[in-house]
Amino acid sequence: MNAISCRGVYKVFGTGARRVTALENVCLDIREGEFVTLVGASGCGKSTLLRIVAGLEVHTSGDVCSSGSPVRGPGAERAMVFQNYSLYPWLTVMANIKFPRQLAAHTRNRTSSDVEVASGRADALLQLMGLEQVADAYPAQLSGGMQQRVAIARALMAQPRILLMDEPFGALDAQTREVMHDLILHVCALEGCTVLFVTHDVEEAIYLGQRVVLMAPRPGRIDSTHDVPLPGTRNVEMKHSAEFLALKARIVERIRDTSGLRTDLELLQRLAKRAR
Amino acid sequence: MNGTALSGQAARQDGSPAAVSGQSNERRSAPMWTIRGWLSQRVYWTLAAVGLAVPLAGWALLTAFGSVNRVFLPSPGDVAHRLLTWVSNDDLLADIGISCFRVVAGWALSAVLALPLGLLIGTFRIVQALLEPLTDFVRYMPAVAFIPLVMLWVGIDEGAKVAIIFIGTFFQMMLMVAEDVRRVPMAQIEAAQTLGAARAEVIEKVIIPSSKPALLDTLRITMGWAWTYLVVAELVAANSGLGYAIIKAQRFLQTDKIFAGILLIGAIGLAMDQVFRLVHRFAFPYLYARS
Repeated sequence: MNAISCRGVYKVFGTGARRVTALENVCLDIREGEFVTLVGASGCGKSTLLRIVAGLEVHTSGDVCSSGSPVRGPGAERAMVFQNYSLYPWLTVMANIKFPRQLAAHTRNRTSSDVEVASGRADALLQLMGLEQVADAYPAQLSGGMQQRVAIARALMAQPRILLMDEPFGALDAQTREVMHDLILHVCALEGCTVLFVTHDVEEAIYLGQRVVLMAPRPGRIDSTHDVPLPGTRNVEMKHSAEFLALKARIVERIRDTSGLRTDLELLQRLAKRAR
Repeated sequence: MNGTALSGQAARQDGSPAAVSGQSNERRSAPMWTIRGWLSQRVYWTLAAVGLAVPLAGWALLTAFGSVNRVFLPSPGDVAHRLLTWVSNDDLLADIGISCFRVVAGWALSAVLALPLGLLIGTFRIVQALLEPLTDFVRYMPAVAFIPLVMLWVGIDEGAKVAIIFIGTFFQMMLMVAEDVRRVPMAQIEAAQTLGAARAEVIEKVIIPSSKPALLDTLRITMGWAWTYLVVAELVAANSGLGYAIIKAQRFLQTDKIFAGILLIGAIGLAMDQVFRLVHRFAFPYLYARS
């Protein structure tokens, strides 16, 4: 059974003249434990697809299943990490991470040994994400990179089977992002969760993903899928390997083709000629 | 450098803007007129004192040496003297007490209704559609114009004064509460949902705690508005209170008492405002935490 399965998913925003097809006939299967990245030009619907899988957005038609059961709204087994502003500023780092334990969805049928396990898990996540020193700090006191570590730890707290990430490192500087890449790969391998990761950064998509799904805009659709020809455990050196660079060039080229940027350039050249 | 740090120490180092800008302002480049510049506490409070003292001094000089008739412009001394006799002969404390009671009662009644209704408007679109256009309409009706109706419906007792203050503050307060609630970042709400929070849990554990600081500010600001409606409210057959005292003083041409009453209302309002700010500081330490 696939962790995530999308069959003929359509998403239409608005009606009449304002009707926009955000997603057209999207079919995507993600295996249990797989790390899949979604890339594409802006407006290709990659975030919309992720939000549909999360249950935050309702698809117009088609089937979306998570572990075999249809998605009807958000659920604790599909945790999401947002780009920013999702931490609770009034809670300390530790309280943010423990937030899921306050929710009925995670406290039903709970025994006292579960509570111990849970607090042990919070400590372990804190350690794993390198947050022990700031456990009692408030999110506003942390740098962007540290804040995203907290957001990831919080999402992992409830042991989700699927982790959905919407450009989680988009607001971070390049160096911080590299550190976060290795961290997230390590943590997700350790937790064994399935990851669907949206980004506009092709290098990030290849480095993190076992499979890169390329989406194209107008209407948003899946253009192509690329298996990443790199070993399971990644390291920074691989970014300079021939396979990596070749795949990167191919994907970047394809994004340029599908985004309409190229036609714009041709148009400009034609206009320039006419002006002469 | 911030994110590469595996411990939290780099995060602490990078976030001290006050210290950094403080240093840069010690250079002699017209620091006082820097756009959105930094100012030491000492200079700030000195300037604040000057800002208060200059009008006071001007007022004192004008009455001492100017040719202004004291009936129209009493001196600061007259006003201070009037305040003292008001305390000893006319029971100023009782006036303050009853006025505070009216203001706080009208404002609290507004809050009791506006907080839950505003929360619903800001959270659920159907409640917004049902109530917001109506409220927008009603809030433009002048509260003062409701006085005759209030007298007819509520009578001329304390209830009438409280009702006027309530009418003056409730509708605005409800819309402001709704706006505060709407400002809760969607990512905070959606994060809770994807962590498995039910609808009631999102409201209780995210929307309410997230909007609390803004709500306290709204309560502080509407308290100010409640004070501005006090004088109007005490037009209604009152025989006590600061607003009533001001209106009565006009009848007897006691300009010094009018001054005293206005200044007192200002001072009490300022004091209450400061109490709210203090509560804000203690209730929401995370907003004031320094890295």
